[in-house]
Amino acid sequence: MSGTLKIELGRRYRFSASHRLHTPQLSEKENSRIFGKCNNPYGHGHNYVVEVSMSGDVDAATGMIANLADLDAFVERQVLEEFDHKSLNEDVPAFREKVPTTENLCIEIFRRLKSFPKAKLERIRVEETGNNSFEYAGENQEGNRP
Amino acid sequence: MVLLTRKIEFSASHRYHNPSLSAEENRRIFGKCNNPHGHGHNYTLQVTIEGEPDPVTGMVLDLKELKEILEREVMQRMDHRHLNYEVAELAGQIPTCENIARVIWQLLEPKITQGRLHRVRLYESPDLFADCYRNGANGAGKS
Repeated sequence: MSGTLKIELGRRYRFSASHRLHTPQLSEKENSRIFGKCNNPYGHGHNYVVEVSMSGDVDAATGMIANLADLDAFVERQVLEEFDHKSLNEDVPAFREKVPTTENLCIEIFRRLKSFPKAKLERIRVEETGNNSFEYAGENQEGNRP
Repeated sequence: MVLLTRKIEFSASHRYHNPSLSAEENRRIFGKCNNPHGHGHNYTLQVTIEGEPDPVTGMVLDLKELKEILEREVMQRMDHRHLNYEVAELAGQIPTCENIARVIWQLLEPKITQGRLHRVRLYESPDLFADCYRNGANGAGKS
């Protein structure tokens, strides 16, 4: 019976960062029209919540998909150290080219975490505020939310 | 298909300890969770049922019935209990979120007679949870 079940481990992390939604491919006027307040010239910030879902076999000896200490250290190194209290536009290379919307942030965080060696990354969910959240499950998976 | 979710909370104690490992190994792998006298959590359980609403009642299943199933199968078994010593279904397993979620799935699945169990999500704390669902549900688990 348990062979037909899938178990995922979910862990939530937090970081605070600033960003500005602006693209040089559009005029000042267009940027302002599309991005509204988010285009204000000096940027603004959010307290982001990142929800990481990993799947894998539950180890019979430990009862775990992955040891939390390993996962926490990996996320700390790959994401939190580089994003927390930073400007996403200025400090994260991926956002020199791309607009740091939370959609793109999900994709970037997925890219940074998919090499976790001990379990399979299923999806990233990012809350930009308590009212907005975004999910990304990789290129080949369509909305595989359980 | 419509999904319906009911949430309950229970409080329980547990300890992570595998008797086939040395004291040192247990300490290294489980850290604080291996402290000898255990510790506890306020667990939040979200149970999601899938199905079509009944054309007469408009319900996938009667929430009263789900409430009673959760009371009988989960609350009476686990609330204010020590998961290592008092829950037979967890005997011989480390009571991690992953294992508790699976046991809860196995307890609930045969009891849901209207609609069917879609997902069990168990939070051990607001920042740590496990999901249990049918392999392949919603296109998940293709790998």
